[in-house]
Amino acid sequence: MTSSSDFQLDLIRGKATAVRRHAIEMVYRAKLGHPGGDMSVTDILATLYFGVLKLDPANPSDPLRDRFVLSKGHCTGALYATLAERGFFDLSELETYMQPLSRLNGHPNRNYVAGVETNTGPLGHGLPVAVGMAIAGQMDKAPWRVFVVVGDGELQEGSNWEAAMAAGHRGLGNLTLIVDRNGLQQGASTEQTNSLEPLADKWRAFGWEVIEVDGHDQSALLKILGAVGTDRPRCVIAHTHKGKGVSYMEDQVGWHHGVPNTEQFEIAMQELV
Amino acid sequence: MATALSTDLHDCRTAYSETLEALAETDERIVAVVNDSVGSSKLGGFGKRFPERLVNVGIAEQNMVGVGAGLANGGKVPFVSGAACFLSARALEQVKADLAYSNTNVKLCGMSSGVAYGELGPTHHSIEDMGWFRLLTNLTIIVPSDRWETREAIKAAVSNEGPMFIRVSRMPVPDLGRPDGSKFRIGVSEELRAGNDAAIIACGTMVSRALEAAQVMAAEGIDVRVINMATVNPLDHDAVLAAAGTGAVVTVEEHSVRGGLGGAVAEVLSTERPCHMRILGFEGFQPTGTAEFLLERAGLTAEGIAGAVRAVMAARDGK
Repeated sequence: MTSSSDFQLDLIRGKATAVRRHAIEMVYRAKLGHPGGDMSVTDILATLYFGVLKLDPANPSDPLRDRFVLSKGHCTGALYATLAERGFFDLSELETYMQPLSRLNGHPNRNYVAGVETNTGPLGHGLPVAVGMAIAGQMDKAPWRVFVVVGDGELQEGSNWEAAMAAGHRGLGNLTLIVDRNGLQQGASTEQTNSLEPLADKWRAFGWEVIEVDGHDQSALLKILGAVGTDRPRCVIAHTHKGKGVSYMEDQVGWHHGVPNTEQFEIAMQELV
Repeated sequence: MATALSTDLHDCRTAYSETLEALAETDERIVAVVNDSVGSSKLGGFGKRFPERLVNVGIAEQNMVGVGAGLANGGKVPFVSGAACFLSARALEQVKADLAYSNTNVKLCGMSSGVAYGELGPTHHSIEDMGWFRLLTNLTIIVPSDRWETREAIKAAVSNEGPMFIRVSRMPVPDLGRPDGSKFRIGVSEELRAGNDAAIIACGTMVSRALEAAQVMAAEGIDVRVINMATVNPLDHDAVLAAAGTGAVVTVEEHSVRGGLGGAVAEVLSTERPCHMRILGFEGFQPTGTAEFLLERAGLTAEGIAGAVRAVMAARDGK
């Protein structure tokens, strides 16, 4: 007999594959994008949108919705594909990604696309806004939760640590931060560039609960992200691989904003099933 | 209609905080966000009455503005208050992306703008803020001239959706003595004194000085129009074009001569109705000194403004 959680995991895994395929198609068609980060964050997005977030695409501004912020706003390949799969807009619109006058801008705009909560793109903006959302929820003793995904390289932006301090100080138990810890930033590894480690200790020192997880293990992600928080903000360090799912992209720094050629595109489509 | 200036002077921050407190009494959405600036924003009373609605993020302006955007997303009407110099410069990208580009309902209140912190030097002078913010097309910029206008601007900020910057001075200014029933409207300027020989367009702390300058010139038989341009963005185009009808326009602001009110007026006049014009304000970083010393040095006094009006009239008349 199949349990409801097995069914949910099957759904999440199926959606993750669909999102990866859409994102690669979008980047291939646009000849632009950030496929490496799209692939690393996909399982996190699929788990959130198909297993955790309480929201209704038909009523995207419901005051009681859960809030999700993609602070690494350059990974719109994965974000738009996830929003479309979740029903916020038609899948066919993904073909317009980054085309002139498309709503599907290279970085997300909340005034164009329902489901986007705040415009991101410049790094280090998502967490402060998410902290503000969580404070509003805390003031109202509201049931809704706030989730925010940051890239790991992005944590070099100081604004994150201003926000981290405030969240720890205020005990924002309704806030969950997920670090897409793929280890690579645009030009090199994070540790070669400006090291983040010991990353878990940093968050603990700021008053956060820290959980480390395989960021491609949907079952573990579902359990962790689905659990309601305590009286502390929660940092989930999701260990991921940049380019996950496409053999030649995995852990390769060059695929941060690389664009596959026709042969590479076909290989990716064969692998992402 | 000529207004009568009061002889007593007032710090507009008090009008700001009293109004916010009164509005917060009936509107639970109103919250204040500060960067350890409770005292300098005069929000001690607000904090006593509504402790859970005063969010002090500490000395962290980027987070302060981001938190403001998040609070707005959660249904609040946040008044994000801090010294104008830090609020504008330190958090500029947050103001651009999280407020203006995202079009969020956040009210930025820049305290002690201009050269209010005169002796502390250019790090603490805020004479660039309007230049930076005016580039963000949908960010409304309001520069109240006295207590009444500060109160009205705060009320308008609550009743009008969208991102807004309100520039609140700590330099004591007189009440302009408007007639009962006067109305404040965002984007609509106010003709405080009629006149067709020349026009002064002023904002904030400079409005009362512009009125004094016009009084001086009236004694010389020259009728100078005085326009209070409290909303610098969006600018009241019609009033600016009408002012150009005098052929001699002077703008006055407690701000850099670049990018502020004068820049905004010049953009309109140079393309739509060129005329002789002078922009009064500060050129570059200012030395140390009291606010009054720095204003005098830059010619931002009734005498200085009157001198600029005479000069621009002479240029117009080919003298």
